[in-house]
Amino acid sequence: MQFFLEVLIGGLLSGVMYSLVALGFVLIFKASGVFNFAQGAMVYFAALSLVGVMGKGAPLWLAFILAFGIMTILGIATEKFVLRKMVNQAPISLFMATIGLAFFIEGLAPLLWGNDVRALEIGLVDEPIPYLLDSFNIVVSSFDLTAAGLALALVAGLALFFQFTRVGRALRAVADDHQAALSIGIPLQHIWALVWAVAGFVALVAGMLWGSRNGVQFALTFTALKALPVLILGGFTSVPGAIVGGLIIGASEKLAEIYIPPVMQSMFGGNFGGIEGWFPYVMALLFLLVRPEGLFGEKHIDRV
Amino acid sequence: MIKNVRKLAIAASVAAACLGAVLPSAYAAEEQFFMLPSYRVGPYGANGNAFYGGFVDYLNYVNMKGGIDGVQATWEECETEYNNAKGVECYERLKAKAAKAPGPIHTMSTGISYALVDKTAADKLPLAMMGYGLTSAVDGSVFPWAFPLVTTYQMQASAIVKFLKDKEGGSLAGKKIVFLYHDSAYGKEPILALEAESRLNKYDLVQIPVAHPGNEQGAQWQRIRQEKPDYVIMWGWGVMNMTALKTAQKMGFPREKMIGSWWAGSEEDVVPAGDAAKGYMSATWNVAGKAVPVIADIEKSVYGAGKGNLSDKAKLGTILYNRGVSAAVLSVEAIRTAQAKYGKGKAMGAEQVRWGLENLNITDARLKDLGATGLLPAVKTACDNHEGSGKVKMQQWDGSKWVVMTDWIEGNKALIHPLFQADAAKYAKEKGITPRNCAAEAKK
Repeated sequence: MQFFLEVLIGGLLSGVMYSLVALGFVLIFKASGVFNFAQGAMVYFAALSLVGVMGKGAPLWLAFILAFGIMTILGIATEKFVLRKMVNQAPISLFMATIGLAFFIEGLAPLLWGNDVRALEIGLVDEPIPYLLDSFNIVVSSFDLTAAGLALALVAGLALFFQFTRVGRALRAVADDHQAALSIGIPLQHIWALVWAVAGFVALVAGMLWGSRNGVQFALTFTALKALPVLILGGFTSVPGAIVGGLIIGASEKLAEIYIPPVMQSMFGGNFGGIEGWFPYVMALLFLLVRPEGLFGEKHIDRV
Repeated sequence: MIKNVRKLAIAASVAAACLGAVLPSAYAAEEQFFMLPSYRVGPYGANGNAFYGGFVDYLNYVNMKGGIDGVQATWEECETEYNNAKGVECYERLKAKAAKAPGPIHTMSTGISYALVDKTAADKLPLAMMGYGLTSAVDGSVFPWAFPLVTTYQMQASAIVKFLKDKEGGSLAGKKIVFLYHDSAYGKEPILALEAESRLNKYDLVQIPVAHPGNEQGAQWQRIRQEKPDYVIMWGWGVMNMTALKTAQKMGFPREKMIGSWWAGSEEDVVPAGDAAKGYMSATWNVAGKAVPVIADIEKSVYGAGKGNLSDKAKLGTILYNRGVSAAVLSVEAIRTAQAKYGKGKAMGAEQVRWGLENLNITDARLKDLGATGLLPAVKTACDNHEGSGKVKMQQWDGSKWVVMTDWIEGNKALIHPLFQADAAKYAKEKGITPRNCAAEAKK
């Protein structure tokens, strides 16, 4: 039981890290109805900018502000050079544009900052909390707990922002219908630039935490792969959905990795480990059969 | 008259200029072309950058010293991003150019080299897999065009077991070893050897795969914590390595009990992990540092002349840079070996280079002549032994640099070689290959 609990807690905390990446997707989707393929690349670019600025001698807090500035510029540039021409185009066209953007950012980041793997020290030690280890023999990392706290604070802040501010309401209106939003005077260009900058901020926080844990390197772009099943589960338009989806995916993939392979091996022989790469996708797929819009996603109804 | 003389002078000048433009190419030194399906961007770009930087720097160095017995080395890179499909595409694009006088092909990727083993055999181009690739290609009777030079994954795994056995006072009986591996062709390659060693040395082997790319290993390390192994042998690559080190720290597993393959033992793997990497060990078939004369000389002459390939000179002397130099040293020596038989000062054809690779004899004395003493082990290949050494050293990260812990350690040849010979025989049967008679060829 103690081991089960340890795996479960570890999975839940990992899930929060997935949620962080998923949040960036949700933000863009809410504002433009587009799945932003470049979110993983943005996480990489943000982390590389942060560590790059720190490499020039800036302390963490200053580097964070400057990196956020860089992400804001990237957001404004994306709106100006990529999205502005795509207003009222089919979502698939916007999606294709974000694929191009992903390749562009993946090339731009190492061009600006080099492609070396870098360490990122943010003052959090990834070691077990002694009290939990000594009293319950359960490993819970102080780093993971802090990351979870940060993610929850971010989610709470964003949920409030969307629900209770004029900008938040404008964002939702834009997501619903570009043209209708424009017709009632919502400045679409500003809204898009703003939301890409906020998505850049979320990417920066995710990149900082993932980069601090695994090093800042190209593989950060793969974090997007972890966010996809989270989005399917939580719904593409729900901020709290991203966090709940992350928790479910994180916990289930870890439990599956521990408990399924021995069963498979006893049945078929061979080695069945390493399933956490695809298990979340299978789970998301099964989930789609039951609830296509995700746990918290908006049910799409068209007038016919 | 004057007009005609002027015309004649102009015509003569033009003719001379044209002749001047033609002559150098007509009498240009012969060239040996190295196709380099390299990767400098993408998830493993940092690793490829150091390796191919070292490789190109050595070719430049050789050219500056007069070439390979007068033959100039030329090369062309093609970006693979460590992607198998792109690797094959690069090979197809460059193979015509390499047909006349090729250097050994280095993909630095087990997956790409797997994809090229059959193709290079059909096209008759030499494929080098230094420290990676298909282990059974050691048997040159079945794989005449593939060369897993220096050592292979299976011999390396065996050498690691031997090292751990010595650490444990000569016996691993009753011990538990976890094999944590990248769930890919690369990661699975040494399993056969570790299982054979486990039967021989009576230790318990627990295999734990990590899904690509390996940036999340919580469940794997929770299982390791539950298993309570004496050692963890890690076959990681890229982000998997530092994630493993960091997660081991989180789980409280001592890094002094972790030992990695040579692809999990470069500066790129440990520096980003910070304190979590301190005490971690790995195997290596080349040493780090600039103390090796040839590395110091490259810095002086190639970088001194502004011809260095690396934009970041700090990478000079790192494990992967020195590995690139080592790979180039062996490639150039193979061409020199061929030249000694087929004609000095000439570019070598594919079959001749293949012969050179199969008849390498790089002794310690030759390594000393090359300024590469201690950089890599002595190598002696043959038709039935395309590996030529099978030796590795063990090194430990002290927090700032790799410290060599042992002399060259050779894996259990008597145990491992029959394994891949059997595998090669199976491969020959499947593909309908009639193996060469190495014994008869040796007598000729």
